[in-house]
Amino acid sequence: MDISASPGIADGPVYTHQAVRLDSGLDLECGVHLAPLEVAYRTYGTLSPARDNAILVCHALTGDQYLAERNPLTGKPGWWSRMVGPGLPIDTDRYFVVCSNVLGGCMGTTGPRSICTETGKAWDSEFPPITMHDIVAAQAKLIDHLGVGRLFAVIGGSMGGMQALTWAADFPDRVFAAMPIATSPFHSAQNIAFNEVSRQAIFADPDWHDGHYRDFGAIPARGLGVARMMAHITYLSEEALSRKFGRRVRHDAATAVPASSSPSLFGEMFEVESYLRHQGSSFVRRFDANSYLTITRAMDYFDLAAEHDGDLANPFRKSQTRFCVVSFSSDWLFPTSQSRLLVRALNRAGANVSFVEIESDRGHDAFLLEEPDFDRTIRGFIAGAAEHAALKAGER
Amino acid sequence: MRVDQRLIAEMIAPRARVLDVGSGDGTLIDYLYRTRSCDARGIEIDMQNVTQSVAHGLPVMHGDADHDLADYPDDTFDYVVLQRTLQAVERPREVLRQMLRIGRHAIVSFPNFGHWRLRLQLLTTGRMPMTPVWNTPWYSTPNIHPCTIRDFLLLCEEEGYVIQQWLAIDEDGARAPWRRSIRLANLFGEQAMFLLRRAGH
Repeated sequence: MDISASPGIADGPVYTHQAVRLDSGLDLECGVHLAPLEVAYRTYGTLSPARDNAILVCHALTGDQYLAERNPLTGKPGWWSRMVGPGLPIDTDRYFVVCSNVLGGCMGTTGPRSICTETGKAWDSEFPPITMHDIVAAQAKLIDHLGVGRLFAVIGGSMGGMQALTWAADFPDRVFAAMPIATSPFHSAQNIAFNEVSRQAIFADPDWHDGHYRDFGAIPARGLGVARMMAHITYLSEEALSRKFGRRVRHDAATAVPASSSPSLFGEMFEVESYLRHQGSSFVRRFDANSYLTITRAMDYFDLAAEHDGDLANPFRKSQTRFCVVSFSSDWLFPTSQSRLLVRALNRAGANVSFVEIESDRGHDAFLLEEPDFDRTIRGFIAGAAEHAALKAGER
Repeated sequence: MRVDQRLIAEMIAPRARVLDVGSGDGTLIDYLYRTRSCDARGIEIDMQNVTQSVAHGLPVMHGDADHDLADYPDDTFDYVVLQRTLQAVERPREVLRQMLRIGRHAIVSFPNFGHWRLRLQLLTTGRMPMTPVWNTPWYSTPNIHPCTIRDFLLLCEEEGYVIQQWLAIDEDGARAPWRRSIRLANLFGEQAMFLLRRAGH
C-alpha cells in the first residue's frame, strides 16, 4: 500500500529496446556535445515508396515509444492503442507511424541512465540540461535515419504537443501538418510550480542521494511516488474525481482497523487516496527519477514566444504547415485559453489553422481517453490534410 | 447548398484565398475548395459546427467576427465572407473594417429590415415584427443590429467602400428582380448581398 522501494528500473532486468545509435551525437543547446546518441523508437505501418506518409507521434512527459502495442515493461496496452492502428483515426494501414522515446527519457533513448563516455559511468544527475529543441533535434536525427524528408504530420498531446509545435517552428519545411493537442506554447507559472513541488518531493527522499541513488542500490521511490500522485491530480478534474471516487471509503483487510487497536486518524482510506497511491507506486517501477527531473525541466524552459523576440507569431511566419489545435474544456493544466493564444499567434502569422475545443469533463487526460468528437477531429484533420498533400504532389 | 451561398460562390474567383466568417457546417468553404480550388478557411462560433467541419477535413477554427479578425495581417485573403451575420455582431462597422483590412474584397449578406412586411407589421400592430426571416422575439433575438439596405449603403459611403455588386434576394436565396432600383429592393428584398472593396484600388 505504501510507496516504498520496490524492485524496479534501478535493479530490475534490463530490457533491450529497439534503438538507433548515432555516433555523430547531438549538439545540445546548453553547449554540451552528447555522443553517441541513441534513440529508441517503434514504427507501425509501412513507409510508402514516395516516403510521404510518415506520421511522428510525440509522447507526453511520462509516455514512451510503445504507442500501439503491449508495453514490454508494464504489460499494458500501448498508451494510444485506441487511436493508432489499422482502421483507427491514425490509420496504420495508410500511414507509417513513428514514435520515439524522448531525449532524457528512460526507455532506451540517451538519458540520465546512459553511460557518459568521458567518465565511463552513468550520467545520473550529471546529465546535461536539455530543451524541447534538443528533444526534437534528436527525433529529427531518427527521422533522417529512417529516410524520411518531410513528415506528413507531427501529432502530440501535452508535452507531445510542445514537441509538435517545436517541430513546426524549427523544421517548417519538414512538417506538412501539425496537431498540437492539450498543450501550450509556453509552460505556465502554475505548471512550473507543480513541477517544482514534484521535484522537491524527490529531493526530500532519503534515498535521493543527490541523484546518485543507483550507486547506493536505491531509488527515491517515496519522493517520485508523491511527485506522481500530485501530478496525477493535475491530469484529472474535480468533476472526474467526484464521479470516479466521490467520498467513498475503502473497506478491505489492508485498511481495516483491528478491533483491539485504539481509534486512528487514518484508520480508513478514501478511495481517491488509494487510487493515487496506486498511481504513485506503479509509476516508480517504470520511471527514473533523474529522467523525471530532466524532462520536467525541459518543459519549464519551454517558451516559444520568448525565443522569438516575444512574438509567438514569429516562428510561424511564412509557415506552410496546416495546423489543428485541440483543447479540452475541463483541462486546467493546459487550459483552452493557452490554446487560443497559440491560435491567435498562428492567425497573426497567416498560417492555416483549425481549432477545436472538445467538450469533456475529464480534464487534461481526456486526450488519452475515449472522446468520440476528438477521434472524429483527428480522423477528419488527417484526411483533409492528406487530400491537400496529394493535391500539391499532383501540381508538381 | 443554399441558393444564396451559390450566389456568393459565383462572386469568388477560382483559386482565391477565402475566409468565411460564420462558416456554419462548412458547406461554402467545402464547395469553394472542391469546385474552385480556393484556399478556403472558416471561423465559426458554434463548437458543434466547428467539430463537424474539422471532422470533414475543413480548416475551421472556433472564434467569432467581433474578436478574431483583428489577428490576421493585412491582405491575408482575397475575399472575406460574412453570411447573414452582420446584424448579430457586437460592432458591425468595426467588423466590416476588419474584413476589408484582412481581405481585398468583402462579401456581406444580411436580412433586410426595410422589407414591406416588417414595415407593415410595425405600422399595424405596433409591435416588433416577426417574419420567417426575423423569427425570434425581441428579448431573445441574437440580431441586435438590424439594418435596411439603405442603411447599409449609407455606411458603405461613409466608410468609403466601393460596391462592386449588390443584389436583393428572397428568403430562399433566389435572386430578386429589383436589381435596378434600390428603393424597390429595400421594400421587396428579404435579404441583401454586397460585394465590396476598399476605395483607391
